[in-house]
Formats: sequence, structure tokens, C-alpha cells
Amino acid sequence: MDLFERLPTPWGLLRGGVAPDHQEIKRLDDTFDRETLARGCRLFGNVEVGVDVSHEELMRHYAAVIYATGAQTDKSLGIPGEELPGSWAATEFVAWYNGHPDYRGLEFDLSPRRAVVIGNGNVAADVTRMLVRSLAELERTDVADHALEALRQSRIEEVVVLGRRGPAQMAFTSSELRELGELDGVELRVDPQEVELDPLSRSWLEERGTFTARKNVQLVREFAARPERTDARRRIVLRFLRSPVEIRGGGRVEAVDVGRNEIVQAGDGSLRPRPVNGDVETIECGLVLRSVGYRAVPLPGVPFDERSFVLPNDRGRVLGADGEPLPGVYAVGWIKRGPTGILGTNKRDADETVRCLVEDLAADRVPVPPDPDPEKIVALLAERNPDVVTVEGWRAIDADERQRGSREQRPRVKLSSRDELLAAAKPAAERPTGP
Amino acid sequence: MTYVIAGSCIKDDSCIEVCPVDCIHPKPGDPDFETAEQLYIDPEICIDCDACVEACPVDAIFPEAFTPEKFAYALDLNAEFFAQRSTEERTAA
Repeated sequence: MDLFERLPTPWGLLRGGVAPDHQEIKRLDDTFDRETLARGCRLFGNVEVGVDVSHEELMRHYAAVIYATGAQTDKSLGIPGEELPGSWAATEFVAWYNGHPDYRGLEFDLSPRRAVVIGNGNVAADVTRMLVRSLAELERTDVADHALEALRQSRIEEVVVLGRRGPAQMAFTSSELRELGELDGVELRVDPQEVELDPLSRSWLEERGTFTARKNVQLVREFAARPERTDARRRIVLRFLRSPVEIRGGGRVEAVDVGRNEIVQAGDGSLRPRPVNGDVETIECGLVLRSVGYRAVPLPGVPFDERSFVLPNDRGRVLGADGEPLPGVYAVGWIKRGPTGILGTNKRDADETVRCLVEDLAADRVPVPPDPDPEKIVALLAERNPDVVTVEGWRAIDADERQRGSREQRPRVKLSSRDELLAAAKPAAERPTGP
Repeated sequence: MTYVIAGSCIKDDSCIEVCPVDCIHPKPGDPDFETAEQLYIDPEICIDCDACVEACPVDAIFPEAFTPEKFAYALDLNAEFFAQRSTEERTAA
């Protein structure tokens, strides 16, 4: 089994998505390593399928290909002003502070006093925390150095978080929500009036509310009842039933116009937000982070479901245009089921896909590749790309980053440019000697 | 005493697999599994054997007496999950 990865480093969102102040979750890399690389799985890092090697070529050398490419782009809001400088997808901010090499050059202007985060999911919570955390806290994480430097200069005092629905429909987990209310030196403000549930939400919560939804409502009530603080360094303001209708500014973001919603019951019984006409307020701000969901992008050489933004599949078996499984092609994770669930959800998801693969192997439904010699792919990749990062290369990067980190009492100091990563991956003898 | 699962739980089910008294819920396949944001330990049943702590890949489980201050809320939260669950089971029955 071989692992192909577009970046010089493995583990996807564990490195590039999970927030730096959630280091305990990043420890999962030990488990990933133990179950794959440590068991002899080869790594081909810095290799892009569709660029360095095609799907057809993979199928010539492997009996099965499992796509685990995730959902890489963000959904747009579809409102005017979304593209103004100062308005960003939250995922761009995340990739930037996590040292993703493709995003390190982005320049976030953190000089405005107020930022607006649009969305009520856990990425919205992550970016909000990163904007208000103290330097002392950030300096103990593996946040990318370029981001740490920018956050050091940050003049953000207030982050307004907009949810289009009410407290009963928040997508935050209650632990993420609780954390927002317990940050050192940060006041969390919620308007008591916005915490009042409408009758539909109240009866839904009583009759069918999940444990998390009940906890969330209880938590925002507690937040709303807190006395105002005057000693806080920074402030988070949670707003409910609010949707942005326009992002405004002359040349860059200066304000967001926000409309009020009410909760109505849709035809399928679900509770949805509906705009209340004419009720629009303006929130002045210089930074907007949009966090309203993700979308997968098509992969070259494999079918793509343009409506659901996943690889069309049956329990992980990728389906061809005729609806029949494509022999030897599988999917797992967000590219299989869409961007839902938390880390552990992928374990059951992967289990389902691998069961299908094992069944297919037992029933002789997996094609025999024309050229299965495991050295052939190595030769092919070497021809195309001189900078393939192998397990040894990744171990060298990892050791280098951890060593830099130990000097600063940080878990690691990330190398965040492709050049630095590739240099660190090379055996010492091949590295250029520097000062 | 009991063990406690904190909010950093990622719903990896390794703890469920090793628990000798089946006190960690919800389990894959349970109706509330998909909507649960984390797993919880039933304090009435936990026998403090430590097996789940060993199994957890993100160190989200603590013995009650050694739960860090920032996760102190989790003790009540775990117990409350089972209190609400049994109410629902009684109501459903």
C-alpha cells in the first residue's frame, strides 16, 4: 500500500486544518503513522495525481486506488462585495495560520478593530479563537511563524460571529462553544433577546433536540446572563438569526450589511431561516471571514457528482456513468460523503470502504494491474518529479520541525514553504550548505 | 470514582472496543451516535480500569481525580448524558 500526497507532508487536515491551539488532537499523527508508514506503507509526497501521475497510470500499477482527497474549496455566500479585499474564506485563514505552503504568501490585514466571522460551525469557532487568543497562548503552539508575526501586530479588539439560524440550530459542538466563553482575557457577549427561542425552535428542542443542541442553548443562556466585563482584552459577540446581505467598502471591506431572519418550518418539517424584509443593520469592520461550508473539486480521470460535490459512490465503491462500480476505484472521507462529521467519523467511513474492497478482492472483482512491480511507480515518479518526498524525507522534516520547536517550548516550528520542506526532506549530504 | 471523557474527544471508537463493562456510549449503530459530538462514560458503571485511557489516540480521557481544570465541566456532562438518555428511554417505552 502506498500513500500519495500533493503536499510534501502527510496527514491532510490534521496538520493543515485542526487549529494550533488544539494540540491534543494533533497527537493523532502518532496513530496515523503507527497504522501506515510504520507498517511499511510507502509515502509519495509532493506528488499530485492528475499532474505528476494520472489516474490511468495509477490503475496500471495498482489493483485499487482509494481517493481520500477531501473537500478543498469553500462555498460562497453569493452576495455583493464578497470578493472585496479584506473578505476571505475562513479556510484561507486556516491554511495560512497552519503553514500550508500554498497559502503562506497571503496577507491578512489585522489592523482593523473589528472582524466579522460568518458561520456557526467549528471552523468559525477555530478562526474566532485564533483572532482573540493572547500571544502567550499562541507562542506555545505550532501556529506558522508568519501568522504568529502577523497576529503579534493584530489590533483586532472585537470579533462578531454571525449565525443565520438561532441558538437551537447552531452547528458548533457544545465543547467548542464552551471554549469560546472561557478564553483568557476575552469577554463573550450575547444579547439576551437573541437567546429567546421562537416557538418552533422551543418545541423542536423539547421534543427532538439532541443532547448537544440542549447544551448549546443552555450555554448561550448562561453567556447572555453574564455581567459585562470592563477588564477584557478582546471581545467575541455572538449574533443569531443574522445573515450578511452585502459586504461594502471603497476598495476594501469597510462594513457588512446584515439582515434579520426568522425561523420557519419548511415543507420537509425542518426548521429554516427566512429573511425578515427591511430589517437590515450595518456592522463596521475591516476583516470578514466566511465559513459557510466546503465543497470538493473534481479529480482528473474519475467521475464527479456535480450536484452533491462527491465522487458518485455506493458505500465507497466509485460508480461509473452507467451506475455500476468502476473496478478497483474507491473513495473515503469528505470526497465520499460530503463535508460532514468529525475526525472519528472517518474511521467508520473508511471501515465501510475497506470492507467493500475486501469483499471485491474475495469475489475477484478487483482488476489485476498490468504492471504490478512496486518499483515501476518509483521509477515513473522519479522521471516526472525530482522532489518526491518519501517516508525518510518526511521523517527528516518532522525531526527538523520538532527540534526547532523544542528550542522554543513549542510542539514544532513548521516549515511552511515548499522549498524549505523539500530541502529538509533531502538527506543531509544532498542539502546545500548554508550559513 | 469514574473516568471522564473531555470535549477533545474525536469519536474514534477505540475506547468502546476495549471497555470491559460496556460503559462508553453512544456506540456506532445507536440512534444518537451520529448526532453525538463526543462519547461519554457512564459513571455508575465505570470500574476505573484505565483501558480506555490507553486506547484513546488523543488523550481525551481522564480519571476523575486527575481531570484538568479546563475539563472540569466534563464530569457533570458525562453523567448528564446518561441521565437524559435514560429519561428518553423511559419516555419512549
